[in-house]
Amino acid sequence: MSEQRVHFYQVGSFAVGNRLLSADDRTVQSSPHRTNSIDSGHRACQGCGEALGARYALDAAMRATNGQLLAVNATGCLEVFSTPYPETSWRIPWLHSLFGNAPAVATGVAAAMRVKGRSDVRVVGQAGDGGTVDIGFGTLSGMFERNDDVLFICYDNEGYMNTGVQRSAATPPAARTATTDVVGAEPGNSFGQGKDLPRIAMAHDIPYVATATVADLHDLERKVERAMSFRGARYLHVFVPCPLGWGSATNETIHLARLAKETGLFPVFEAEHGVVTNVSRIRRLAPVEEYLKLQRRYAHLFGAKGRPDIVARLQAIADANIARYGLAPERDELDNREDA
Amino acid sequence: MERPFAITLDVGTSRANHTGSWRVERPVYVDRLPPCNDACPAGENIQGWLYEAESGGYEAAWRKLVENNPLPAIMGRVCFHPCESACNRVQVDEAVGINAVERFLGDTAIEHGWSLPPAGPDTGKRVLVVGAGPAGLGAAYHLRLLGHQVRLVDSSPKLGGMLRYGIPAYRLPRAILDAEIARITDMGVEVIVNHTVHDIDVERHEGGFDAVFLAVGAQLGKRVNIPAGDSSKVIDAVSFLHQVADEDPPMLGRRVVVYGGGDTALDAARTARRLGATDAVIVYRRNRDKMPAHAEEVEQALGEGVTVRWLSTVERFEHERLVLEKMRLNADGFPEPTGEYEELDADSLVLALGQDTDLSLLEGNDNVEVRDGVVQVATTMMTNEGGVFAGGDAAPSDRTATVAVGHGKRAARGIDAYLRNVDFVSGDRHDLATADHLNTWYYADAPRTERPELERIRRQTNFEEVIGGLTEENALFEARRCLSCGNCFECDNCFGVCPDNAVIKLGGEVKYEFNYDFCKGCGICVRECPCGAIEMIPELI
Repeated sequence: MSEQRVHFYQVGSFAVGNRLLSADDRTVQSSPHRTNSIDSGHRACQGCGEALGARYALDAAMRATNGQLLAVNATGCLEVFSTPYPETSWRIPWLHSLFGNAPAVATGVAAAMRVKGRSDVRVVGQAGDGGTVDIGFGTLSGMFERNDDVLFICYDNEGYMNTGVQRSAATPPAARTATTDVVGAEPGNSFGQGKDLPRIAMAHDIPYVATATVADLHDLERKVERAMSFRGARYLHVFVPCPLGWGSATNETIHLARLAKETGLFPVFEAEHGVVTNVSRIRRLAPVEEYLKLQRRYAHLFGAKGRPDIVARLQAIADANIARYGLAPERDELDNREDA
Repeated sequence: MERPFAITLDVGTSRANHTGSWRVERPVYVDRLPPCNDACPAGENIQGWLYEAESGGYEAAWRKLVENNPLPAIMGRVCFHPCESACNRVQVDEAVGINAVERFLGDTAIEHGWSLPPAGPDTGKRVLVVGAGPAGLGAAYHLRLLGHQVRLVDSSPKLGGMLRYGIPAYRLPRAILDAEIARITDMGVEVIVNHTVHDIDVERHEGGFDAVFLAVGAQLGKRVNIPAGDSSKVIDAVSFLHQVADEDPPMLGRRVVVYGGGDTALDAARTARRLGATDAVIVYRRNRDKMPAHAEEVEQALGEGVTVRWLSTVERFEHERLVLEKMRLNADGFPEPTGEYEELDADSLVLALGQDTDLSLLEGNDNVEVRDGVVQVATTMMTNEGGVFAGGDAAPSDRTATVAVGHGKRAARGIDAYLRNVDFVSGDRHDLATADHLNTWYYADAPRTERPELERIRRQTNFEEVIGGLTEENALFEARRCLSCGNCFECDNCFGVCPDNAVIKLGGEVKYEFNYDFCKGCGICVRECPCGAIEMIPELI
């Protein structure tokens, strides 16, 4: 798949669409004929990053598979807000079974399609971070290990938001949740390894692993399309801010996702067969404070009784990511920034 | 109907669930006033014509431009582009080269012979325009568009006023000037040259004019009393430039001193260089920061070998020798004498100390108020006498060509309202699209395209145009650098970023529409709109 860089300076290459581009070169989301895989009327909170991420990813997958797509959903916000009986927001074939078995169900659906001779129908499994890194982890690892022909997408909002904002293994250190109160010497979630699922997926040597955010649509759509060009197990980890769980303004969802990438806290990269092949470098480097201060789950780190020491440890995590993946901005981008 | 076990309801779409009821604020599309449009003295819709130019629609862009200003090729050369000083793009990298694109459009129009819109249906009203400078030409154009008959008179042999007799040819080639003037007169303007109006009332009544527009300019160079010997050559800059424009340049010798710090002083010094002066020295009583001349003109003059004596005044001029007194700036920034003197060899002295307006044609009229040497006017540009309007340098103004063109437009509309006996209504002004309304993340960094300058050595000796034009490719690049502040340019961001699919993409004039049945009012579209064309307003319950 080739990527053409077209310089439209007015909007750069960052906006969703561009009237100056030919229809073929625009994003799926800029088309009035996009699938809208998840329809209006869903009951996600205002400014929900997950609803947005799911539409971005599935619409792109629909285009990549010519509409021959089937989605299997784990339990979680995405399932609950889209399908309160008897309503459904899904405009694609969609299945829900349990919280922990989505990867196994997806494997089964893919097997059934193979048996029916419908290998043109592709399967996507999807879950939040809880369903992926905690509850569904065993079946997901099995799916990877067997190299089943499924693209599994995790919409990572860093906690169990549907049940009332409890901690998951994807919750970042120091963040306040219902189960990690801001008490003691290390308020909020503890510092630890967490579960870095993209890297765990890479350790399975599956054909394709990528991370993306709802702030860079072009990148996300390209990665979905790339993933669909492989057969076998593939994993896409999409960063989706949660205004309710994070205590952020509803209009900041995309801005926060952008800052997560621009601070280095959420590395955006892709890997094939266990090897990193591409990283999205930082364009306007930002300190972690800029990202943290917009979220009430980090409010205890700032103000009169703030914890600059903890902020520094979070900055160290960002710096380590920048070093590990080579995310530092290109030199000329930095120069431009300093001039501005 | 048979249903599976334990299923009691049919599956339905979530569209039955109107989540718009959750909303406390609603997004609405707005147009804000781009700072370039706000700053343009001629009232051009700059963002509007750049939008057309971005897609290569140069004729549409030019047509949008001449709705307000019929002289784009001229403006693209002589305008000091306050639009660029106001441009929000400096927040990303550098201001958009609006002036260069304007010139490209103007030149392209001349090249392709695009004509101005036809005159409006005849109203039977007759208007006399006195003075064919930028104000008079602008008024004539807009009056013809409005269907009024126009007689344009000027005391010089050719039309153009200060555009021709004040601005040297190296800044404004005469072929360009002639082409844009001809386009206006071709709309059916009655032109009388070599005709000086001595009494405005007589002229008005003899000709049976329903209204008069005075755009006589400021043609009289100010003189100061400088003791000078008989043999000393002293001339004012306006006369000097006028004579050069008439191709009858005075002999100024090899060492020319220009006294003054405005654009005219620079024009005079640069012209003197081109006429063969080895030394062209500007004497100015304050320092460079306080100089009223535009910075880029100063830059160009210095590059051509013009030198400046800052903080100096001319004390006397005798025997080819100027005596200068050194000045210093006091705490308020005003120059005060120091009592120190120095001498400077000079063959001639050019005075560029400002200009006065010749208003002798108003001597028989007691109604029109003249104060501070200029005609006082209302917002309609009308004087105290009904039907007599004034504009350009003859009215209170910044005295630039662009302001004059703007006055011409305003006066034409004022005259139109007067002749139709209706109230003059100036258009609604939207809120200003300041930089804090923009989300500059979406604009890539792209430094501006500089116009090629003639090699310096070449322009010291001839009157060839100094600044070249942009190529089409460069002009397109430059137009696309426009951020479209405050006005939707169809980037699809709102359509793409809505988590509730509550933005409807229509295309065409309307572009987008909100579906308030499902919009939850999260405000992401407003936050992610690059150009600030959406705002949240409280939901009224």
